[in-house]
Amino acid sequence: MTNVVLPELGEGIEKATISYWYFNPGERVTEKEDLVEITTDKATFNLPCPASGIVSEIFFHEGDSVNIGEILAVIDEG
Amino acid sequence: MMITKPVSVFEALDLGLIDFKKALEAQKEAYSRVKNGEQFCALIFCRHHPVITLGRSSSRKNILATEADLISGGIEVCETERGGDVTYHGPGSMNVYPIINLKFFKKDIHWFLRTLEEIVINLLSDLRIKGLRLTGLTGVWTGIAGEEKKIASIGITIRHWITLHGLSIIIKEADLKKFQYIRPCGMDIKMTSLETLLGRNIEMEEIKEILIRKFEAEFTRHVNMVNS
Repeated sequence: MTNVVLPELGEGIEKATISYWYFNPGERVTEKEDLVEITTDKATFNLPCPASGIVSEIFFHEGDSVNIGEILAVIDEG
Repeated sequence: MMITKPVSVFEALDLGLIDFKKALEAQKEAYSRVKNGEQFCALIFCRHHPVITLGRSSSRKNILATEADLISGGIEVCETERGGDVTYHGPGSMNVYPIINLKFFKKDIHWFLRTLEEIVINLLSDLRIKGLRLTGLTGVWTGIAGEEKKIASIGITIRHWITLHGLSIIIKEADLKKFQYIRPCGMDIKMTSLETLLGRNIEMEEIKEILIRKFEAEFTRHVNMVNS
């Protein structure tokens, strides 16, 4: 299992908004593929999959605000 | 086989007056070259045929033009993946789309946005205009406190820490009229142009030359024009 964590995006940025999930729970993903788009300030940022596998859980919906360091999703490599 | 690393210069393209969608294709091609390591970083300069673009945070309510206004003004509407709300680009605005791999500089969205603002502020300073930042708002403004007008808008996308989209500076006064068709950035803000502030005509080429020098200074890399 690999957690998808919202990484540090820059000095003073504590939160971001989920703007688009490229995959749904249960779908297969490949490492480095775009997994989720997040928005902060005047920027959108595409977070890539940290591992290949199945998206087993997604914890936030599009439009939700997320803190840096929070787990967004889990990828099951099994 | 020996792999040669791309030279660490910014390769700049001037696409002239071009459709927003065609320029976006050029950005994506440059992005692929930068991502694959064939090119270090790129700068794309261009102007657009009239177009209203929507960012990821946009609401269609911020387009005030009617369908008839859009048709008579020959204004296209395009949805984009960049951050930010609605904006207008006309032939009298200079757009710069930096395709920059932030892994070579600083993996910091805030730093990159503030650096783009700094480039515009330094450009204005060369023309003896004081550019301002407004707390909590991205972009560059001018004017006295409480009555500031916006001259440059910024909206970016980052993929694999490589940037797309960028900044738009209003140069020609003629472009200002079209801003009545939108609520820029979703707010009731006033826009201005460089020519309005200078009280004279200014050539796009002159702005481009200054911008190149400012990018070189901020990113400490040489900008090599691929075409001109």
